[in-house]
Amino acid sequence: MMSFKLAFKSMKKNMKDYVIYFLTLVLGVAIFYIFNSMDSQQAMMKMSESKQQIMDLMTQVLGGVSVFISFVLGFLIVYANNFLIKRRKKEFGLYMLLGMGKGKISKILLLETLLVGIFSLAIGLVIGIFASQLMSILVSKMFEADMSNYQFIFSQDALIKTLVYFAIIYLCVMVINVFATSKYKLIDLITAKNKNEKIKIKSPIISVIIFILSIGILGSAYYLAITKITQADILPIFLAIGLGCIGTFLFFYSLSGFMLKIIQTRKKIYQKDLNMFVLRQIDSKINTTVFSMSVICVLLFLTICIFSSAMSINNTLTTQLKTYTPIDATFNKRVNIAEGEKKPYTGTYSKQEAENAKISIKDSLQQAGIDVNQDFSEAITTYVYTTDTLKQIDSFKPIEAKIKKDYSAVDLTSKEPIMKLSEYNKIAPLYGNEPLTLKDNEFVVICNYDEIKNLRNEALQKGLTIEINGKTYVPKKLECQNAFYSISAQPMEAGTYILPDDALPEEGKTLEYLHVNYQGTTPQEKAKIEQKIANLSDRNGAANEITLSNLSAYTRTSIYDASKGLAATVTFIGLYLGIVFLISSSAILALKELSESSDNKERYKILRKIGADEKMINKALFKQIGIFYLIPLSLAVVHSIFGIKVCSIILAMFGKQDLVTSIAITAGFIVLIYGAYFLATYYGSKAIIKEE
Amino acid sequence: MEKILEVKQIEKYYGNKGNITKAIDNISFTVESGEFVGIMGASGSGKTTLLNCISTIDRVTAGNIYINNQDITKLKGNKLNQFRREELGFIFQDFNLLDTLTCYENIALALTIQKVNPKEIKKRVEEIADKLGIKEILKKYPYQISGGQKQRIASSRAIITNPKLVLADEPTGALDSKSARQLLENFEYLNKTLGATILMVTHDAFTASYASRILFIKDGKIFNELKRGSNTRKEFFSKIIEVVTLLGGELNDVI
Ligand SMILES: Nc1ncnc2c1ncn2[C@@H]1O[C@H](COP(=O)(O)OP(=O)(O)O)[C@@H](O)[C@H]1O
Ligand SMILES: [Mg+2]
Repeated sequence: MMSFKLAFKSMKKNMKDYVIYFLTLVLGVAIFYIFNSMDSQQAMMKMSESKQQIMDLMTQVLGGVSVFISFVLGFLIVYANNFLIKRRKKEFGLYMLLGMGKGKISKILLLETLLVGIFSLAIGLVIGIFASQLMSILVSKMFEADMSNYQFIFSQDALIKTLVYFAIIYLCVMVINVFATSKYKLIDLITAKNKNEKIKIKSPIISVIIFILSIGILGSAYYLAITKITQADILPIFLAIGLGCIGTFLFFYSLSGFMLKIIQTRKKIYQKDLNMFVLRQIDSKINTTVFSMSVICVLLFLTICIFSSAMSINNTLTTQLKTYTPIDATFNKRVNIAEGEKKPYTGTYSKQEAENAKISIKDSLQQAGIDVNQDFSEAITTYVYTTDTLKQIDSFKPIEAKIKKDYSAVDLTSKEPIMKLSEYNKIAPLYGNEPLTLKDNEFVVICNYDEIKNLRNEALQKGLTIEINGKTYVPKKLECQNAFYSISAQPMEAGTYILPDDALPEEGKTLEYLHVNYQGTTPQEKAKIEQKIANLSDRNGAANEITLSNLSAYTRTSIYDASKGLAATVTFIGLYLGIVFLISSSAILALKELSESSDNKERYKILRKIGADEKMINKALFKQIGIFYLIPLSLAVVHSIFGIKVCSIILAMFGKQDLVTSIAITAGFIVLIYGAYFLATYYGSKAIIKEE
Repeated sequence: MEKILEVKQIEKYYGNKGNITKAIDNISFTVESGEFVGIMGASGSGKTTLLNCISTIDRVTAGNIYINNQDITKLKGNKLNQFRREELGFIFQDFNLLDTLTCYENIALALTIQKVNPKEIKKRVEEIADKLGIKEILKKYPYQISGGQKQRIASSRAIITNPKLVLADEPTGALDSKSARQLLENFEYLNKTLGATILMVTHDAFTASYASRILFIKDGKIFNELKRGSNTRKEFFSKIIEVVTLLGGELNDVI
C-alpha cells in the first residue's frame, strides 16, 4: 500500500494544481447527472398525457445531446490531465533519480487518477442529486405541472449512466497517463523546467498590420452575417463563421503586440506602478496561447448565442401563447373538392374525400360524437375563398423582381386566401381583431407574420391593386392589418384578403372554419370536452391535429402543451450545452494561467525584492488575470452582438424575440461560472506566489 | 562622517526547539556614509542571513539595526516596504531581472514602483545607463545579453532610486573573471564618484579587494576586520589572502 500512500500524499501536495481540475470534474459530473435525471422528475408531477409525451421526447433529446457532451467533457478532462502531468515532470524525474522504476511511477499516477476520479464522481453526484431537486422546480414551472406532492427524486438510470460515461473517460485518462510515462526519459524530466523558453518577439509593425487585417476580416464577417443572411438563405452563415474564426485567430495573434505598442506610447499609463510588468505578462501569455485564446473565444461566443437564443425562444413561446390562443379551438376543413384534384404536396383527392368534403364541420363533429350544441358555448362558421385571378404573384406584382430574386424558393402560383367582410367582422371580437368597414371597391390585407408583412406592406405602398371577376379593388390602407383567424402558438397569419361580401362567388369556397369556445366554467368541465376532441385525433396519431376527412383541429390546450414542451426542451438543451461550453472555456483559461504560476512565482518574488509591496503585487496579479479573462470574453461579446442578430433572423418563425431578458439571464450565467473560475484562478495564483 | 548603518548585537536563530541553528551570533558593526564595505566568510557562515536581516527581507531574533538612525527592526507592513524601496538598493547573485521586460523596463520598474513622474523616468534611466556603459543594450531582453551585462543592469536598477545603502549578495558569483572585474569597476565608480554606500557580501578575495573595509565572519561571529587604508588594491588583496589562510583556507572554494 506504499504506492497508495504516495499517491495520496502527492495529490495533497499538488492540491493547488488540482483545485481547478477537481472543480471541473465535479461540475462536469453534476451537470451530466442533472440533465440525465429528467425522466425521474416526471414521477412526482401530475400532468396531462400529451405533456408526458413531450417530456419523454425531451428526455430522449437530452440523452442524445449527452453523448456529444460526454465527448466535450472527455476532451476537456484529458486536456486538463495532460496539463497536470506536464507540470509534474520534474517531480517524476526526482523519483526516477532516486531509483524508482517507470512501472512504479505509472502505478502512482494510476492510483492518483483513480482517487481523483472516485472523489470527483462521489462529490459531483452528491451535488448533482441535490441540484436536481432545484431543477425540478424549474421543470414544473416550465411544464406548468402540479408539484404539490413533492418527493425527493433520485434517478438510478442517470446515476448508472454518469458512472459508466465517466468511468470510460477516466479509463482513457489512465491509459494516456501510462502511455506518457512509458515514454519518459530521465534527462528530459530533470531538465523539463530548466528549458527556458525564449520569448518570441514579434515585430510591432507586423503586429499592427495583422491587427488591422484581422479587424477587416472580422468586419466583413459581421457585415456578411447581418446583411446576407435571411431566413430563405442561411448559407452565408458558414462563410461568416469561417471568416470569423480566421479573424479571431489573427486578432489574438496580433493583439498583444498591437496593444503593447499603443499603451507604450501612453507613458502615464504604461509607467505607472507595475503596469509595465502586468502588460508584459499579458503580452507573453497571449503570445503563447493564441490558439487556446481563439478556441475559448469561440466557445464563449457559442455559449452566449446558445443561451440567449434558447432563453428568447422560451420567452417568446410562452409570452405569445396567451395572445394567439384567445379561443378554445379552431377547426378547419377543405370544402369543394373535386375527385382527382391535386393535394397540396403529393397525391390527389379520392372520391371518398370529395364526398366527405360536402359534409360541414359541425356535422362531421356531430357524427364523431361531439354534441355541437351541448359541448360548445360558441361555434361560428366562416369560409376562406380562393380564385384563380388572385395568386401570390398578383399580390407581389409591384415588387416582383425583388421577390423572384430573394425568395426563389417560394411558390408564387399558390392562390391567396380571401375572406368576406361580414364573416371577418363576425369573428373579430373572438380573436380581438379590429372590425373593418369597406367601400365596395376596397380591400384590406390581414397579416401578422413579420417578414411577409414587410413584403406585403412594400407591395401595398408601391401601388398594389387586385382584380377579381373583372373588377378592380384598391387597398383601403397602405399597410397590412394585424389580425388572425386561427389559434396558434405564434403569429402565423401570412396574409388573407378581406373583400366586400358580394365580391366572391360561392364556388370559390375552399376552406371552412369553425371557431369555438367550450361549454363550462371550470377547467375540469372544459378538460372533458378537450378530451373528446383529443380522442378524435388518436386514430391518426397526430398530437394537435385531427383529420376526419381533411378536418383539422387546433385546440388551445394542445398548442399550450406543445409550445411549453418545445420551450422547455430548447431551454434545457441550451442550458446544458451553454453550461458545458462555459465550463470548458473557463477551465482551459484557468489551467493556462495556473500552468505558469511557477514562473510567475519567481517574477513576483523579484518584484517583492525590489520593493513592491503586497498591495501593489496583488493589484498587479488581479489586473493580469482579470485582463487575461476579459480579453476572450470581450471579443466573444462583440461576436455575439452579430451572432444573436443572425440567430433572431433564423428564429423569426418563433415570433418577435425578447432579447433583453434573455441576454440578462445569459450574462448572469456567465458572470456566475466564468467569474467563479476567475476567482478560483486569482486566489490560487495568489496562494502560489505567496508561499516562501 | 555620517553613520548610515548601525548593527547592534543582533542574533538570528533558525529552526525550533531542540534543533536550533545560530546563523548570526551577536554581531555589531557600523557603516558610514560613502563607505564600500565587504563581508567575507565561508559558506554557511551567515553572510546571506546578515544581509537579509539588514535588507529587511528577514527579521532578527534579537538586537537592533539602525539605518539612517531609524530602527528597522521595529518597522512593520507598509512602512517597512516603503522603507525598503526608498532607502535600499539590492544586487543579487542571480541578477533577478524580469525575463518578460526589456532592460530599460527592468531599470524603470524600480522608479515606477516609487511612483516617480513618468516624464522623469526616461531621463534618469538614460543617465545611469550612460554612466554604466549599457546604453546600447537597453532595448534588449535579459536573455539576449551576457551575465556581466545583466549584473550591470541589476546594478543600475539598484542605484537609480538613490538609495542610502546598496546591498549586494555575491554580485560576482555568477560572472566570469573579466565581467566580474568590469562590474567591480562599476561599483568603484558608484562608490567613489556617485558617493553610494555599498555593503557587499562575497567569499571571493579578489572581489573583496575592491572594498575599502572588510569584515570577516565565521560561525555567525565577526572574526576579523581589515581596512584598505592607503594600500593599493594588490597589497590589500595579499592582506586578505593572509586572513583567509588564517581562517582555514576553505574560503576560496566555490560555493
Ligand atoms: N531559512 C533557513 N532555515 C534554516 N536554516 C537556515 C536558513 N537559512 C540559512 N540557514 C542556516 O544558517 C546558516 C547561515 O546560512 P547563510 O546565511 O545562507 O550562509 P552564507 O550565505 O554565508 O553561505 C547556515 O548554517 C544555514 O544552514
Ligand atoms: Mg549566501
